Amino acid sequence: MARGNPVTQVGEIVLRGGTLVDETGERRGDVLVRDGRIAAVEEAIDVPEGATVLDAGGCYVGPGLVDLHAHLREPGGEVAETVESGSRAAALGGYTAVVAMPNTEPAIDSAAVARDVLALGEAALGEIAVAGAITVGRRGERLVPMAELAALGVRLFTDDGRGVQHGGLMRRALEYASGLGVVLAEHCEDLQLAAGGHMNEGAWSSRLGIAGQPALAEEVMLARDLALARLTGAPMHFLHLSTAGAVEMIRRAKTDGLAVTAEVTPHHLALCDAAVASYDPVYKVNPPLRTASDVAALRAGVANGTIDAIATDHAPHAPERKEEPFDEAPAGMLGLETAFAVAYSALCASSAQADGGADQGWVPREGGTAMSMTDLFALLSWQPARIAGLDRDRRRGQVSLGAQGGPLRSGGAANLTVFDPSVEWVVDPSHLASRSRNSPYGGRRLTGKVRHTVFAGEIVVRDGVAQR
Amino acid sequence: MRAPGTSTGTGVTPDTGDAELGTPRATGSPDSEGASSPGAAEDLLAGYRAPAVRHLLSVADLGRDGILEIMRLSDAFAEVAERPIPKVPALRGRTVATVFMEPSTRTRLSFETAAKRLSADVMTFTVATSASVKGESLRDTVETIDAMGIDAMVIRHHASGAPLRVTDWVGASVINAGDGTHEHPTQALLDCYTIREALTARRDGEVPADLRGLRIAIVGDIKHSRVARSDVLAFAALGAEVVLVAPPTLLPASLEGWPVSATGDLDSTIGDLDVIYLLRIQSERLGEVLLPSLDEYHWRYGLTRARADALKPDALIMHPGPMIRGVEISPEVADMPASLVTRQVRNGVVVRMAVLFHLLGSGVM
Repeated sequence: MARGNPVTQVGEIVLRGGTLVDETGERRGDVLVRDGRIAAVEEAIDVPEGATVLDAGGCYVGPGLVDLHAHLREPGGEVAETVESGSRAAALGGYTAVVAMPNTEPAIDSAAVARDVLALGEAALGEIAVAGAITVGRRGERLVPMAELAALGVRLFTDDGRGVQHGGLMRRALEYASGLGVVLAEHCEDLQLAAGGHMNEGAWSSRLGIAGQPALAEEVMLARDLALARLTGAPMHFLHLSTAGAVEMIRRAKTDGLAVTAEVTPHHLALCDAAVASYDPVYKVNPPLRTASDVAALRAGVANGTIDAIATDHAPHAPERKEEPFDEAPAGMLGLETAFAVAYSALCASSAQADGGADQGWVPREGGTAMSMTDLFALLSWQPARIAGLDRDRRRGQVSLGAQGGPLRSGGAANLTVFDPSVEWVVDPSHLASRSRNSPYGGRRLTGKVRHTVFAGEIVVRDGVAQR
Repeated sequence: MRAPGTSTGTGVTPDTGDAELGTPRATGSPDSEGASSPGAAEDLLAGYRAPAVRHLLSVADLGRDGILEIMRLSDAFAEVAERPIPKVPALRGRTVATVFMEPSTRTRLSFETAAKRLSADVMTFTVATSASVKGESLRDTVETIDAMGIDAMVIRHHASGAPLRVTDWVGASVINAGDGTHEHPTQALLDCYTIREALTARRDGEVPADLRGLRIAIVGDIKHSRVARSDVLAFAALGAEVVLVAPPTLLPASLEGWPVSATGDLDSTIGDLDVIYLLRIQSERLGEVLLPSLDEYHWRYGLTRARADALKPDALIMHPGPMIRGVEISPEVADMPASLVTRQVRNGVVVRMAVLFHLLGSGVM
């Protein structure tokens, strides 16, 4: 076993009959896993005696998914999620690595808290990386000890949940971070312009009488940060971009050669603000669901490479919090267990798959070519792995960590996902592994489902069932 | 419709002969003023079929036909209101709960008076006495009240959409008595009824079919007004031309899909108006930097004597109350005969009787 703390001993595994997907493209093949590593990748492998066979017929076998953006709520929010329950949800969603966001209580703003969360992660069903806060307590006043956290393997720093409002402080943070090998990740939201809005400002907010948060609140901070990235040369990652304008700004920044990357969420690729007409706070999220034309722009952005990653922004909230009135309920949606299926349904599946169509806020895919599985895996696996610095074998103390994001070749770490594109299923929030129930896909029909997940050579999900 | 209890099912309780609740048909006093055709209400209401809609959350739930239906029912109840004993047994045995999570004595009293005049039992839940101050959730609060056996829940809430959420949790009919900055449908209905009544009086008793041909301006803080959202839907459904008058800061971010025009210049349009509907301006808007000052607002949009003189001679002046004299309206204008403000309050009871009967009524008179 490659990991320091193996929970279950497993023998050899053969993933048989699938279509392999990695950075080199797609081909038919079987995969033999032994001792946490890929032992062989061949068109057909004879099953060794005693090996476990995972049927991948009709499925895509790719590197495990990597989530840049999950709120695992521990420490402080265990009523909504724990590292363990969140990692189980992740494994069921095909993830073998998750970056835990630092807006916990206390925040991950010191080596002590980071060590605690990393320790919790050692028993998880996948790799748990942590992001550190940029400022102490995420208060936007003083910098966290970035170098000390970087020495623990922290690669991403963000005050996510809130943008860094103070431009001068953000400049100093970027300057200080330069040379530490870390990336500052921004939640772009100018709080003055957002003005306490609870949904996207536009036709729907006006009709529903809900205070709106304009696209501009995101774009103004993004413009500031792009200027700071240009000034400092420091790499930056932009979290959960949601507007057509933001996609265009990232496209231009990349054309100009800035070292920036960007992610979008599955829900911003699938749902628009019309969903809020139900006033159900399950549709309250920050940044808010935007217009159908923003959704179209985001889909174009992931298709043409402007956007680097799909990240869940998995944000569990206890059920009673999501029964408060819309403008009092907390923002956030579950995402880990449904991300692959939602992204596949929105970007690849041949027809609009979710129930209800536009009246329930699902934006049908109009024309355009379906995204290839290689491109979808790129957005969900190796590109985020690279942004998070998880794309190579590493050591953390006594723990060996295999590379995330592939490729599928002999000697590579056995972090694998098997995705069945033919399954249609209706999401039942009460059957999710998360401690919370706030999925916006409850009752919706999705296409595609994760069948198996292998993490560090261990079968953590088999036939859609978590193994521990 | 849920059965409120075993002995109070519709149509099975015999008339007790209770003087107060005695059926107007039996005791109807031929000399009661205004009751030109005693029993007209009963004729209209007997055999009334409850509509498919169980709730009134938005004016859109009614549509044009539903609004006109409420107008006709209101006519019948207006006749009842003129009687010496302005009470009918239409909802006897039914229970109406008023659940006000935001203080509003006027609207609550209007609904409760309406319910009592229909002989319904009334339960009152207000924030001052509420469990919500003890941290109880909205869901637990309404489920508890619903469990006591009620037929209708009249809910006022500071959050937009709260009444719609409540429909998922209770069996009772839910009536929106104002939710956040979303809608206040019964206000719009009473506004339509009040305009219709004024037109009827002007036409020697000929009731207009709808509000076609009228140009109605709604002036003030449209952005935060649930009254405006409901009035726009109702006035437009009845064929009126609606113009919103406000500075851009007090208009919604988008008017896409709204059947209205909008202007920031009251004086350019005031001479064309048949109805000027003034909204209350709250001083909180100054802190939100939506207005420089209330004086400036009054200077630009207040219905001053000079502006009142610029109105057509028969133009109507309306306000949902409470009025802030000296801001949206000058004191002397508020008391002019063209002002229908008192009429609006009086009609509020009648229209809410119609709404309660529309949703709960079964023809038992």
